[in-house]
Amino acid sequence: MDFNLLINAIIAGLLLGGFYAAVSAGIAIAFGMLDIVNIAHPAFVILGSYIAYTVNINLGVDPIVVSILALPAFYALGAFIYQVYYLSFEKRGQEALRGLAFFFGLLFITEVTLLLVFGADYRYVEAAYIGPSIHVGQFELPLRMLVPCVVALALFGAIQLFVTRTFIGRAIMAVSQDQLALQLMAADPIRIKRIAFAISIATASIAGALLIVIQPVEPSVGRDYIGRVFAICVLGGLGSMPGTLVAAILIGVVESLTATFYGPSWAPAVSFGFLLLTLAVRPAGLMGR
Amino acid sequence: MNTTTFSIIAAAVGLVVLACAHWLAVDYFFFAGYTILQFVVLATAWNILGGYCGYVNFGTAAFFALGAYSSVFMHKTFPLPIPLLIVFGAVVSGIVGLGMGYLTLRLRGAFFSIATLAMAVVFQTLVVNWDYVGGSRGAYIIHPENFEFGPLKVHYIEYLFVLMLALAVIALVTARTIERSQLGYGFATIRDDELAAEACGVPTLRLKLIATTLSGAFMGMAGAPFPYYIGYVQPQSAFALDYAVNSIAMPMIGGTTSWVGPLVGSILLGSAQQYATVTISSAVNLLIVGLMLVAFVIIAPNGLIGLVQERGRAWRKP
Repeated sequence: MDFNLLINAIIAGLLLGGFYAAVSAGIAIAFGMLDIVNIAHPAFVILGSYIAYTVNINLGVDPIVVSILALPAFYALGAFIYQVYYLSFEKRGQEALRGLAFFFGLLFITEVTLLLVFGADYRYVEAAYIGPSIHVGQFELPLRMLVPCVVALALFGAIQLFVTRTFIGRAIMAVSQDQLALQLMAADPIRIKRIAFAISIATASIAGALLIVIQPVEPSVGRDYIGRVFAICVLGGLGSMPGTLVAAILIGVVESLTATFYGPSWAPAVSFGFLLLTLAVRPAGLMGR
Repeated sequence: MNTTTFSIIAAAVGLVVLACAHWLAVDYFFFAGYTILQFVVLATAWNILGGYCGYVNFGTAAFFALGAYSSVFMHKTFPLPIPLLIVFGAVVSGIVGLGMGYLTLRLRGAFFSIATLAMAVVFQTLVVNWDYVGGSRGAYIIHPENFEFGPLKVHYIEYLFVLMLALAVIALVTARTIERSQLGYGFATIRDDELAAEACGVPTLRLKLIATTLSGAFMGMAGAPFPYYIGYVQPQSAFALDYAVNSIAMPMIGGTTSWVGPLVGSILLGSAQQYATVTISSAVNLLIVGLMLVAFVIIAPNGLIGLVQERGRAWRKP
């Protein structure tokens, strides 16, 4: 086995894992803390990619800057979706069957709409950091991967600080543990959950921009991420942000090694293997409660 | 009405449909009818687990493709008549359903749903990398122009249509029988309150495994004749997400609590899609399915059957 190849694969995996953390952050909040099985999340990530793409191509603005400017719009979208979800399903106690079907429908609508508007061609963005690499000795750090990884870690750190240090953040943790108790403390759990879900959708904006920096995007790319992000959240332990980060990096590295030594067409099977293994052996995940 | 009477009526309706189709003798009718009947089988199969037990399976495409690819595999190794291939496909998909269920059904329902979604991606990966069944290039299955059985000689597509019609009748009779048996009541307790059911001594895990196996087996059966129907199978068409969204949308739109719902939903939505695919485009018709699914789960949670029942109740009690 070529040692250089191994190290480069591990480095690429670490960078990829950082990016996976950004995509998983939204699911970690929605599924891990709020118990909302938002399988449409990857579709919103792709929506974020296309918004970054459209603005980048027409106005030449950096895709990551675009995604930060688009945060309020995604936040509003998330708040709206939660309101519909709450009134239609959670309030009536029907989230298990119909709530899932609802998100599946949203996934489909988003994907097909993007397909009708942009077509099935791969789209990509332009930015100064796409292309060049930093060389450290014999090891290569492509900026196209390094920049998204750094932004993703910053996003992840910001969310972790938010949920552990601020009042609203702690309220979100509280609602994930005991909704009734929160109500007894005279706080409105629905408002807290709406804020949390809106934040989870807002992360999709940034994750989308990072995705289109890393690779060209077409509307159905999101499907590959559904299994992956849920595998990461389950492996990390539901509700645990540090666990999710560790799991994201672990899956990134294993996928990168698989792609390097067995061929890229096997990489999608990695996350599923992890998912089944976790569910069978330790359903609580690495750092679950 | 007991099960025997119902089976006879269902078979009779099937024969009438067949007689009409044969009398029309338009090949396009058989092509379109096959697709609609395939959706009847898929929607009914999905509903055995989804509607009766309340567990959402997103992996319809995976089970369907398992059936299709087990046929491709047998076609290359040891060619059998299609009815036997259907049985083979059912066994393969049923075993996979059992295995999936055993690993994930002990946990909360959401885990099962996520696992089925991921399973579709993985089986696609396996098939893409498996050259024997065509890999990513796909496989050609050439069938004879006519099907001959003794003195009988019909177009091959009519033969496939008859097989799918028979499968649809079997699936509907099975679903209705389950609904009215002890098994069905057991399923309903799981759907309504699994914890309470478990506490009352209902063997919930065993029942869920039975439902998953049956549901998977029927999806595999629907997929087994697919290679012969389409002539050229490739992973993207066999694993298309369309199957997953349709098999969820059809019962949801029809109504999930009885066997009538998936039947009504699949005939309505299936015919509408046949029409839209010809007149508009297939992307637009998928958009319509998605929109209808979301609209129905929000506005009419019990589907069309639920709406009719409400109307009936309001009419009886003025």
